[in-house]
Amino acid sequence: MSHEPQADDPRLVEESDPKLGYLGSDFSIKSWLLTTDHKRIALLYLASITFFFIFGGVAASLVRMELMTPRGDVFNAPDDYNRTFTIHGVFMVFFFLIPGVPAVLGNFLLPLMIGARDLAFPRINLLSWYIYMLGGLFTMYALVAGGVDTGWTFYTPYSTMFSNTQVIAAALGIFIVGFSSILTALNFIVTIHTMRAPGMTWLRLPLFIWAHYATSLIIVLGTPVLAITIVLVAVERVFRVGIFDPAYGGDPLLFQHLFWFYSHPAVYIMILPSFGVISEIVTAFARRKIFGYSFMAGALLAIAVLGFLVWGHHMFVSSQSMYAGLIFSVLSFLVAVPSGIKVFNWTATLYKGSVSFRTPMLYALGFIGLFTIGGLTGLVLSTMATDVHVHDTYFVVAHFHYIMVGGMVMAYLGGLHFWWPKMTGRMYSEFWGALSALTVFIGFNLTFFPQFILGYMGMPRRYYEYPEEFQVLNVMSTAGASILAVGYLMPLIYLPISLLIGKVANANPWAAYGLEWTTASPPPTHNFEEIPIVTGGPYDYELQDRADQQREVQEQGIV
Amino acid sequence: MSSATAPAHDNTFGQDDTYLYHHFDDLHQQHESSSLGMWAFLATEVLFFGGVLGAFAIVQTLHAPAMRAASHHLDVLLGAINTGVLLCSSLAMALAVRAAQLRQDRHTVWLLIATIVLGSAFLGIKAYEWIHDYHEELVPGLNFNQERYPGRQILFWSFYFTLTGIHALHMVIGIVIMAIMAVLVWRRWFTGGGATQIEMLGLYWHFVDIVWVFLYPILYLINK
Amino acid sequence: MWDFPLFPQSASTHAPKVDAVYIGLMIVSAAFTLSFAFFVLYFAVKYRRGSRADRSGIQDSNPIAEAVYITVPTLLGIGLFVWGALVYFELVSPPGDAVDIYVIGKQWMWKAQHPEGSKEINELHVPVGQPVRLVMTSQDVIHSFYIPAFRVKQDVLPGRYTTLWFQPTKVGRYRLFCAEYCGAEHSRMGGWVTVMEPSEYEEWLEGSSEQTGMAVAGEALFRQYHCSGCHGGNSTVKAPPLEGVFGGPVPLLNDPADPNSGVRIIQADERYLRDSILRPKDEVVAGYEPLMPSFEGQIPEEDMLKLVAYIKSIGRGRTTRPTTDRGMQDGEGAPSNITEIMGMGTGNGGDAR
Repeated sequence: MSHEPQADDPRLVEESDPKLGYLGSDFSIKSWLLTTDHKRIALLYLASITFFFIFGGVAASLVRMELMTPRGDVFNAPDDYNRTFTIHGVFMVFFFLIPGVPAVLGNFLLPLMIGARDLAFPRINLLSWYIYMLGGLFTMYALVAGGVDTGWTFYTPYSTMFSNTQVIAAALGIFIVGFSSILTALNFIVTIHTMRAPGMTWLRLPLFIWAHYATSLIIVLGTPVLAITIVLVAVERVFRVGIFDPAYGGDPLLFQHLFWFYSHPAVYIMILPSFGVISEIVTAFARRKIFGYSFMAGALLAIAVLGFLVWGHHMFVSSQSMYAGLIFSVLSFLVAVPSGIKVFNWTATLYKGSVSFRTPMLYALGFIGLFTIGGLTGLVLSTMATDVHVHDTYFVVAHFHYIMVGGMVMAYLGGLHFWWPKMTGRMYSEFWGALSALTVFIGFNLTFFPQFILGYMGMPRRYYEYPEEFQVLNVMSTAGASILAVGYLMPLIYLPISLLIGKVANANPWAAYGLEWTTASPPPTHNFEEIPIVTGGPYDYELQDRADQQREVQEQGIV
Repeated sequence: MSSATAPAHDNTFGQDDTYLYHHFDDLHQQHESSSLGMWAFLATEVLFFGGVLGAFAIVQTLHAPAMRAASHHLDVLLGAINTGVLLCSSLAMALAVRAAQLRQDRHTVWLLIATIVLGSAFLGIKAYEWIHDYHEELVPGLNFNQERYPGRQILFWSFYFTLTGIHALHMVIGIVIMAIMAVLVWRRWFTGGGATQIEMLGLYWHFVDIVWVFLYPILYLINK
Repeated sequence: MWDFPLFPQSASTHAPKVDAVYIGLMIVSAAFTLSFAFFVLYFAVKYRRGSRADRSGIQDSNPIAEAVYITVPTLLGIGLFVWGALVYFELVSPPGDAVDIYVIGKQWMWKAQHPEGSKEINELHVPVGQPVRLVMTSQDVIHSFYIPAFRVKQDVLPGRYTTLWFQPTKVGRYRLFCAEYCGAEHSRMGGWVTVMEPSEYEEWLEGSSEQTGMAVAGEALFRQYHCSGCHGGNSTVKAPPLEGVFGGPVPLLNDPADPNSGVRIIQADERYLRDSILRPKDEVVAGYEPLMPSFEGQIPEEDMLKLVAYIKSIGRGRTTRPTTDRGMQDGEGAPSNITEIMGMGTGNGGDAR
């Protein structure tokens, strides 16, 4: 490849402030809303995703408050409760869990980690944020002003023929936000393929990049199926065409197949980027190369592929054929294996490391524990005999919250704390950070562990009222939720405060390895003063330590 | 092709004034990125159509007799003509891409216009078929006549209108973008003659054609 | 009140088997979770920054360790899968002597009718020790019939029959839930299952105001809907007689519109009876003209169940194969020849199409 001189258009590379980096190039609101800088777009996403997270979280709090007592009391009518859990599900799934790590951390770090100046399509990147906001606000309007009572799963024929709520508007909002996901994923795929710095070969990519690559593949191949399914639901609702309606010879199960063909892989869209985050944090705070790098990368791709073949385990009691059920069941057991490899290898990475317990590491250790529980309880759901009993009960609710909240949210917060100095140039209070990690961990377990028992005891999900014998466990869960809420509120306060009074961070406050730590904190607009040339694999902490020692020796020698 | 002066090798970038965006190293990387991005987008499109085609395949297998009976009401000849029209438009598009790479702006514009005309002809014939279907009381949700077309035939028509509808929507989007491109090329808005942009548009247009090449036998010829 | 049960009541033959699989899974899960927790904490503390632990001989990868990581969980997983699948087979294979009770789900109640005629709403009375098979359908959206104490659950769909079976082992009252979200009053769509001594059950049946058995009521409907006009013994129209049809093989035309298209054999089950009444032209018996009109939208679900009960009563007794009811319904797309390859029955919906 010949390196030609860059086009010298001064409008394109904005001058960045020597101290504030990309943050200081221009302070006007217009410069933020029209930015094509992936780092600024990541912060736009951070703000909007936090906003939707709070929105979904308030809905969750209302749901938990309602469930404190067996009789309905917080809401006047079951309808309001149903609308609230729909808000919680739709916003958390489509506007927080799916875009969370990729759109914020991925957007910010992907070009930095591979040594690129930006994503391949910066304007499409900005466009995808606008699409995300359009979809988000539209859905918000539909769910708050009109209300939707179908749950985030939109099962037919309830959603197409029976619900009297704003299903079409909500479907349109989710359709729109799907485009945002697809555009971001396209951008990532192309960037990883074509924009790696010289010497950054595929097997030198950090696992964070591999995780985002696998995730992007799932998004590109899965999201359009959800899009067409939603289109069919809307068409069916408007024109009563009967594709999902048995009254015309259609089939409601067809919807479930199409829906879960996307929505099971969507679980991996949510969790794979978190695997990447955890791999970065664990290596940085154990100061060791990741154990079994190629297996870790392979496991990510294996999960991405197998994830497309297990959707039917959501349908064991739907009257799906038992032969289909058998195949889906065994494949679901197999998909647990690559997830197991990841946990094994994170544990092995700690062995003979040099472990320090900073806030990101606390979140990461919490992640490993909670994800393990979430993953293993998944086996109860992929075993057909037990799934028949616990399907659609609180056991399922507990299981996927262990994966989503215990997994994705822990990793998201861990990653946010890990790269916060890089993003903002400031350090947060370590005390408050550690306290929040601990509070979230305790609150989370208290909220969701009782739900496993509730589920096996037989309490179905999406219940506005429930029999009295379930109350004790529900009260525990609600109490835990209030602790969890406090844990989430803390970073919302101390992280912004750190922008004002936090210690100024240097380029590499954790002494971590990786290209993103070789540039200033916050990075300049064009990321690197000079495009780095990569000569070694990722996580080479030994090499780094040796170099440090040599430098020290030299410096001491000079002194 | 009248351009005897065209360089023998296919390297149409780098030798001209094509704009290089600041975050790319060189034009080759820039072009490669656009191309890969478009192909990835087309993978998305394949799954978009694939979802509904998969659903249709299942329904078609389970209720083959009803589907075949319904398919009889489609006009095979009009479908065949439309396939031909669309293939011609693809040819025009391919020539437009070639012309753009050779920086023959006037040729590019005329070939784009030809593509637009052929694409519109396709949509015109399609619209005629739809109107005919409406008169035959075949449109679910508007006037489907369950008495005339009993049983599960309605499912065929639901899928028929969904599939041809989203295909036509893709064509309309393509035609609109082509019109914009034609104007921009005419006004020499692109620094590099729009070669990359038109090449990507060409990929999209060929994809839309290929979708029809699948839809035609699946919808029109299943009873043959 | 401070007892703290971890398991619901166990009142069917399934319950201890499902619990055993669950406990097995829990032991495996706990073993993995605790050993991970132990090693993570142990390594993290032993190799904390600044500790003097021996750090020589670090490996970056170890193919043998990876092979162990992959094979042990895989084998363990396959073992658990097989165990779970075997129990599941029992869950979906009703024994031949099960009695059929008919259930209709609608927003937001469960209606049940016993073959002897007794009707109940949000209640289900069954005799202890007797295998019971529920034939269920929905009048509107998807519901799910769930009895935690029996560890059984089955979605109930509009437009088709699904079945569920259990054998109660303990007299008592057990909760019944709807497990699939079905709208505003979803959480109130439930009730009680009462398991009684057989003698009490007989008394209960006799105490019901509805004393006409379902098959008898079905026979009346059979005349009322003019079915007997063609399917009756001395009718002039050539229609297949229905005696002995249920549970037996039925030859169907491959293409219902073409009498020369060849014949395939299906096993007549509840699904076949229902579809033949609602969509007679989709499955035509070989040797007969497709003359029967569709009864779509003309027969309420309750009447339909009575008609089915009547035709069953003149049939050959119920099939007991596992695939009969949970088997392939339309739209799930598994190729029908799998059933044939596995030799596990031919009489299911998938084959019939």
